[in-house]
Amino acid sequence: MEHYLSLFVRAVFVENMALSFFLGMCTFIAISKQVKTAFSLGIAVTVVLGLSVPLNNIVFKQFLAPGALDWAGFPDTDLSFLGFIAYIGVIAGLVQVLEMFLDKYVPALYNALGIFLPLITVNCAIFGAVAFMVERDYTLAESTVFGLGSGIGWTMAITVMAAISEKLKYADVPLALRGLGSRFFMVGLMSLGFLSFSGVSL
Amino acid sequence: MASAKEMKSLVFGPVFANNPIALQVLGICSALAVTTKLEKALVMGLALTLVTAFSSMFISMIRNHIPSSVRIIVQMTIIASLVIVTDQVLKAYAYSVAKELSVFVGLIITNCIVMGRAEAYAMKSPPLMSFLDGIGNGLGYTVLLVIVAVVRELLGSGSLMGVEILPLVSAGGWYVPNGLLLMPPSAFFIIGLLIWALRTWRPEQQEKH
Repeated sequence: MEHYLSLFVRAVFVENMALSFFLGMCTFIAISKQVKTAFSLGIAVTVVLGLSVPLNNIVFKQFLAPGALDWAGFPDTDLSFLGFIAYIGVIAGLVQVLEMFLDKYVPALYNALGIFLPLITVNCAIFGAVAFMVERDYTLAESTVFGLGSGIGWTMAITVMAAISEKLKYADVPLALRGLGSRFFMVGLMSLGFLSFSGVSL
Repeated sequence: MASAKEMKSLVFGPVFANNPIALQVLGICSALAVTTKLEKALVMGLALTLVTAFSSMFISMIRNHIPSSVRIIVQMTIIASLVIVTDQVLKAYAYSVAKELSVFVGLIITNCIVMGRAEAYAMKSPPLMSFLDGIGNGLGYTVLLVIVAVVRELLGSGSLMGVEILPLVSAGGWYVPNGLLLMPPSAFFIIGLLIWALRTWRPEQQEKH
């Protein structure tokens, strides 16, 4: 249990997807203007991360890893080179299914997340978390915790960022720095703050 | 056939006038993470340029046969296959760099520059032009990456491409390296400063609201 808790804290704070690995930055910079939309997007990312990381873990362990096809009578096959294409397929498929499911059964949530769901397929945070899971050789339980933790960390970062942007709306920023430029400085300062978590472990 | 001038603007336009990172806000994810060393930035830039150029070319070749409802999946498949090839080549011939780049080679798949160019340009242009457009946008990305990497590696560890430029105090020299430049926040600040400089130089890129 302690191991999972420590993994969770690490994924949320110490190795925050957005602020220390720069993942999901494109959406991060583009969408973070209003707290409400930023939060909905964060929830959508968390849901997709929490499902796609463990799902890809199963795909990797059962089909792609060296020797994984032993049960089918191919003990020597190593399909790990097919990884990228398989993961992105799983993510795209999952997002599509999730979209249809929410549309049919949870319309309120669908309306809240609606426009963001398709965008998530190409959000680097999702693919990045999957790639990290494979690289660090997590088990199924670990990858679930890792996926959820990363999603929550990302949500937190984008919500805070949106709150800061809302406050900065009336600031007198130099012309050339307006918009994109000032956002980089904001994220930089936030990232500096998150550095203080490094070394924290439970 | 398009004129030579048009081709030139396709290749060099995205470097400063329409930089994918500084103006179009695309592909920032990897731009920040791989810039602690110049070598990593160069390899990453080269990999992305090749993937963008070839994916644009292939997508443009079959653009008239792709039904628009499944185009994203088709584009993804082409891009993912190219990235797999790149990844395998890197692992075979430049293993240490491939290890350091870790997941970021794979992340070229979700790099918005590749998808963005496929969607915005290659779907409506002939193959050769799309290829050049890919090269151009890849170059714009590489130039920005290299500038950031030079600053970070030179001031953060006193060397370039692993060759010592500023002799470090720990090795009997005079330069005290600034460790902060090797950490994530500095990348944000450097790109922020670059955008500031670029938009002061070319005021038409400023945001009005």
